[in-house]
Amino acid sequence: MTEDKEWRIALAGNPNTGKSTLFNALTGLRQHTGNWPGKTVVHAEGSFTYNDKTYKIIDLPGTYSLLSNSADEEVARDFIIFEKPDVTIVVLDATALERNLNLALQVLEMTDQVIVCINLIDEARKKGIEINKSLLSKKLGVPVLTISARNGEGIDELLKTIDLMVNGKIKTNPLKLQYGPDIEEKIAKLIPLVTKLFGTEYPARWVALRLLDGDHSLLDALKRDYHSSVRRMTANGYSCSC
Amino acid sequence: MMDSTKLVPLSNCSPGQKFKIVQLELIGTMRYRLLDLGFVPGAVISVQQKSPLGDPTAFRVNNTMIALREEESSKIFGEVIEND
Repeated sequence: MTEDKEWRIALAGNPNTGKSTLFNALTGLRQHTGNWPGKTVVHAEGSFTYNDKTYKIIDLPGTYSLLSNSADEEVARDFIIFEKPDVTIVVLDATALERNLNLALQVLEMTDQVIVCINLIDEARKKGIEINKSLLSKKLGVPVLTISARNGEGIDELLKTIDLMVNGKIKTNPLKLQYGPDIEEKIAKLIPLVTKLFGTEYPARWVALRLLDGDHSLLDALKRDYHSSVRRMTANGYSCSC
Repeated sequence: MMDSTKLVPLSNCSPGQKFKIVQLELIGTMRYRLLDLGFVPGAVISVQQKSPLGDPTAFRVNNTMIALREEESSKIFGEVIEND
């Protein structure tokens, strides 16, 4: 019997990492595309079932970063922060890990439900690149898998890992980058204020970092999301004190 | 701490040279974009070729070719570490 709950998976990654190949491998033809509301950014989502669970998978725009430098980055950032997918898969190019890990570190600051998926492992082998995934997994504090989406290699293991993660069987401990005493002191001052305002709605350390960076685009997005969630709560019979 | 007067802008380099980044004197979105692409202090850039009109220039960073205009490359400072 299939469970009623639909689990949501977000796919994040740099452009040209085979993110869409993985998306197609997982969903087959059960997918549709359109635009994100109000943006000329392509939105693709699809679904699949595995081990009696139904999953909706959202292919986020390919970006090098999630620091809101462009509409693509804002869409990807907003989805992870406001829509809170049950699992975020970060797809990395095995042949350009150094550049790709930048995005992985950013995602780890935003959510702890992360699976790092190193794609194009067949390409990397051809180039003589070896990847120590257990060491990488230990350092990043989340599961790390190597796959080749176009050959179907590693897809079973990925599905198993997703299943374990949504069942709460995987305890992650995402790497928290340290920014040096000056910045850390400011973060420590901001976190209680952020928590007081939003509770555990958003990742407090990440919000504090974005505030220190003067990220106005995030402030606007927070205002929009916060007011709509207050409206939702009021509509459900909770009172609003703001 | 190295002597910053010895630093040259990336835009002064010619094809074939290798360049090690020491600092970026860019701010805002362009700074982030370049950092995201691998133009970080310590990174070694190899200068590939200039376009027919002299600008932009193609650079190899992290095994990827990136073309930058002089507007950006003149604000990336470092040292030439190798001549072909």
